[in-house]
Amino acid sequence: MATQPIDRLPAGGDLIYRQRRAVRAWHWLNALAVIVLLMSGMMIFNAHPHLYWGQYGANNDMPWLEIGSDGERGYLRVASITIPTTGVLGLAGGEERAFPPLVTIPSGYNLAAARQWHFFFAWLLVVPGLLFWFWGFISRHVQRDLAPTAEELRPTSLWQDIKDHARLRFHTGEAARRYNVLQKLSYVGVIFGLLPIMVLTGLTMSPGIDAAWPWLLDLYGGRQSARSIHFICAALLAAFIVVHLVMVLLAGPINELRSITTGWYRLPKERDQ
Amino acid sequence: MTLLTRRRLIGSLGVGAGGLLLSGCDRIAASPKVQDVLGLGEGLTMRAQRLVTDRTALAREFAASDMSPVFRTNGNTMPASDAYQAHAANGFADWRLQVDGLVRRPQKVSLAQIRAMPARTQITRHDCVEGWSAIGKWTGLPLKLALDAAGVLPSARYVVFHCADDFDGAPYYESIDLIDAYHPQTILAWGMNDQLLSVGHGAPLRLRVERQLGYKQAKYVMRVEAVDSLARIGAGKGGYWEDSADYQWFAAI
Repeated sequence: MATQPIDRLPAGGDLIYRQRRAVRAWHWLNALAVIVLLMSGMMIFNAHPHLYWGQYGANNDMPWLEIGSDGERGYLRVASITIPTTGVLGLAGGEERAFPPLVTIPSGYNLAAARQWHFFFAWLLVVPGLLFWFWGFISRHVQRDLAPTAEELRPTSLWQDIKDHARLRFHTGEAARRYNVLQKLSYVGVIFGLLPIMVLTGLTMSPGIDAAWPWLLDLYGGRQSARSIHFICAALLAAFIVVHLVMVLLAGPINELRSITTGWYRLPKERDQ
Repeated sequence: MTLLTRRRLIGSLGVGAGGLLLSGCDRIAASPKVQDVLGLGEGLTMRAQRLVTDRTALAREFAASDMSPVFRTNGNTMPASDAYQAHAANGFADWRLQVDGLVRRPQKVSLAQIRAMPARTQITRHDCVEGWSAIGKWTGLPLKLALDAAGVLPSARYVVFHCADDFDGAPYYESIDLIDAYHPQTILAWGMNDQLLSVGHGAPLRLRVERQLGYKQAKYVMRVEAVDSLARIGAGKGGYWEDSADYQWFAAI
């Protein structure tokens, strides 16, 4: 395997060691956990596909979001807006189900089994996640690789990075060794924002935890609000995964997959070469 | 060598994830080995929750202004048995709550006697396993008082609630451990929202074991039995939904 010569800065075409073992291990464990959690979570949602704000919320109360079917058409209703979703949500393949069998674990309606999957993989999210947080600060991965610098956060450089992404002009050569600022912000947002909120709002739905830690109810404004926030953050995580995968495809899937699997990444060639 | 094994590991993880995304997932999910592994998570969750939480903590009690305008019913709303319907027709005047099993003094108590005993009123949140919640006001006899009157033997480990309703002939029942049974908010409710408990909500008595999900809140409680093991009751998993659909006995999450 070619390694970088030590007498010059790495340049486009060089194979560099980019992802450390802990990053790679956590990435794949977490990917597995998040995917199973999203899929089993959608089955759990199917048991009561209505979301509310506040401490309580049931069939006679006003939901702010619901996925349903009138028997012929599936719909997604957010506040007073109804979006027809036949074939995708509410009603698909002749079955009245908020999320279709293709994307849920288990594929058939089984709330008990979905909960069993969800709570098992929640451990796979939480334990490696906490270890990764811990390792991330100790090894300075967070401070060095993930935290955006003050320079990067200046509006002009943020705007430049947004324009670069929109034009699909990804960093090349030496600059591609580091995450760009949008990448950093989205990774930090997921690792220190969405994932912990998912865990805490999940715990807020537990009546046993609510009794012991009532501050969770105050933090999220009630069990039904926590359930809504859990769902919104799940949707944001799903959106992150889609954008993340599109970026991998655009940036070169083989090189990106090798990097996150073996650690070795080939720096993209400079454009003028 | 290490690289090969790692590659193989990663490869098999990839195949596993792919399998999950397809319908083959259900075959994997249904295999007894997978069920055993997933069951480990349930045991871990229960132990972890008991480790990090105070088992005597009280569930939040709400103000009257926080109550749900409509508290929906669910599960059975009218037990099918003739005996129950006869009791309901005459206002449960001849009905008796049985307290027995591993107790020194088995009891048969009338509803009038129960209502004459000290009562606790609490406005709490009812959480269905499906995801909805409703806040209601419950009034009833602390289960501790009923158990103390009967004198629970030291060999008892669980309290089982036998109910008048059934699903296709399988009687409804539920069970809790003694810590939950003696918890101050665990009551046999005979009143709801300042009225006598309605048949739809479980008259004459409904268990309220706050800090657990709705399927633990057994309605139509006819008999309270102290036992040392759940193995001999129903299919042995501690409750109707646990037996029939594999719902978790530990229903605090």
